[in-house]
Amino acid sequence: MWSDPGILFGGFFVLLFFLLAVLAPVLSPHDPLDQDLMAGLLPPVWMPGSEPTYILGADSLGRDLLSRLIHGSRIALTVAVLAASFAAVLGTVLGLLAGYCGGVVDLFISRLVDIWMSFTAVLLSVVLVAVIGTGLLSVVFAIGIIDWTRFCRVVRAETLVQREQDYVAASRALGLRPVAILFKEILPNIVPMLLTLFFLEMGIAVVVEAILSFVGLSISSDIPTWGGLIEEGRQYVHEAWWVMLFPILCILILVISLNACGEGIRRLYDPVMHK
Amino acid sequence: MSLLEIKDLNVVFRQRFTDKPVLRNISFTLHQGEVCALVGESGAGKSMVAKTILGLLPEATRVRSGQILFEGKDLLKIRGRARLKLLGRRVALIPQDPMVSLNPVRRIGVQMDEAIRLHLGHSKDAAKKVSLELLNEVLIKDPPRVYDAYAHELSGGMRQRVLIAMAFSCGPDLIVADEPTTALDVTVQMQVLKMLRSMQQRKNTTILFVTHDLGVVSKVSDRVVVVYDGRIIEDSPVRIIFDAPEHEYTAALLTATPRYDKPGQAVTPVPDELIQRLRHQTRVVDDARRGV
Repeated sequence: MWSDPGILFGGFFVLLFFLLAVLAPVLSPHDPLDQDLMAGLLPPVWMPGSEPTYILGADSLGRDLLSRLIHGSRIALTVAVLAASFAAVLGTVLGLLAGYCGGVVDLFISRLVDIWMSFTAVLLSVVLVAVIGTGLLSVVFAIGIIDWTRFCRVVRAETLVQREQDYVAASRALGLRPVAILFKEILPNIVPMLLTLFFLEMGIAVVVEAILSFVGLSISSDIPTWGGLIEEGRQYVHEAWWVMLFPILCILILVISLNACGEGIRRLYDPVMHK
Repeated sequence: MSLLEIKDLNVVFRQRFTDKPVLRNISFTLHQGEVCALVGESGAGKSMVAKTILGLLPEATRVRSGQILFEGKDLLKIRGRARLKLLGRRVALIPQDPMVSLNPVRRIGVQMDEAIRLHLGHSKDAAKKVSLELLNEVLIKDPPRVYDAYAHELSGGMRQRVLIAMAFSCGPDLIVADEPTTALDVTVQMQVLKMLRSMQQRKNTTILFVTHDLGVVSKVSDRVVVVYDGRIIEDSPVRIIFDAPEHEYTAALLTATPRYDKPGQAVTPVPDELIQRLRHQTRVVDDARRGV
């Protein structure tokens, strides 16, 4: 499993971020909310005029950037996992139904997906959060309710393929109920693809969450988020570029790692490629 | 006693303006414990008969008329729960292609147990015991290993044995075997056929054996139904088919096949003139039907 470069590279960073998130209170050198006005816009340690305790420098209020980044990973990963799960469950169930039932059910679900996808995703999520209110669960809900279409389309297409396979006919001839065929026979065959999609979706959720926090529509502002850090850094980008750069790097690395991981998992579990 | 009685079955392909007949007035009877071969060229409609019995017809087809009486009940009219109870339990299928008829991502044992637990209500452990016994019966050398294997880890012959074991697993009265040995090479084919025949005789199961291979027919069947253009041409005991076929098409089909029991006999294709005549008869049947 670890011989796959995608999983090795992606898995390493994803695990690293998960560890950072779980151990945030232990690992961060400062309280992410502690202000020290004397340390305002302090540069990272390798630059002149830095303080050794502020490894990546500090923001305008003198809050330690490293600690804020570490705590920010908690929100990023929580939203990624929850939103991707929500989208996956919703999209997979509807996709399986559309693909297997066909006819009117397929028509209805597929047109719903078409209509859904014609909205601009980020704009829709901004509107959704504005309507249902901010907060962690609202963000998760908004991302899931928008991105289930990705899962739905792919799962439907794959179900159409699997439905025509002889093993499905064989299990129908065995007298299995349609629900059993859908979830026990067809679903396991699309799991590798679902896993890949799940990781891609986690990456998308990280970005969307960052956008929402950037425009101040995510979590309350006393909890550090990467998007919020970018927004704070934007105001001082001429004097202290590092405040904006590091959260951007975090998002970049996490999203690339999630994608690499997803791709690696697909390679690993694809029975055809395996042979 | 007759187990399955097909009466005047007509199946059509639905097309835009007309329906194209696939099966024309098919009628025959299967008796308890017999193996009946359904023989015909590609496109003759033999697989369609099998699919109609199991209710696995493709979407573009419709049953126009007829009955398929299984123990007196019409299989075409049984729907929903009652149908699911019948399939796999009383009527089972041995599918055509062992390479694609097993779920690639589930272990063999899990797939075998599923039907046993569903239909016979066995516990997990009891089902496993039955499955292992069945694997042993289909002459698989190392049942526990195969039980835990995935389909891609087995050879074609082994997979077909597994599928045969699955078909027999709930003690069905009727097994529909849709060209079960076509995808196997000749040596394996013989082993599988021998095993299938001995299992059938031990359990007194009725088998409808769909095939285009007359060599296979001579090995396993008691009776032969010859189909052409979706019509039944001849329905005779196997000995009559091979020694003194009643219909000239059957005879032509035999001379178009290399015979091991009559070496040196010339192999000639079915003559064009005969095919023209058969096609003409088909048109007459169709016209008569449309007239009604």
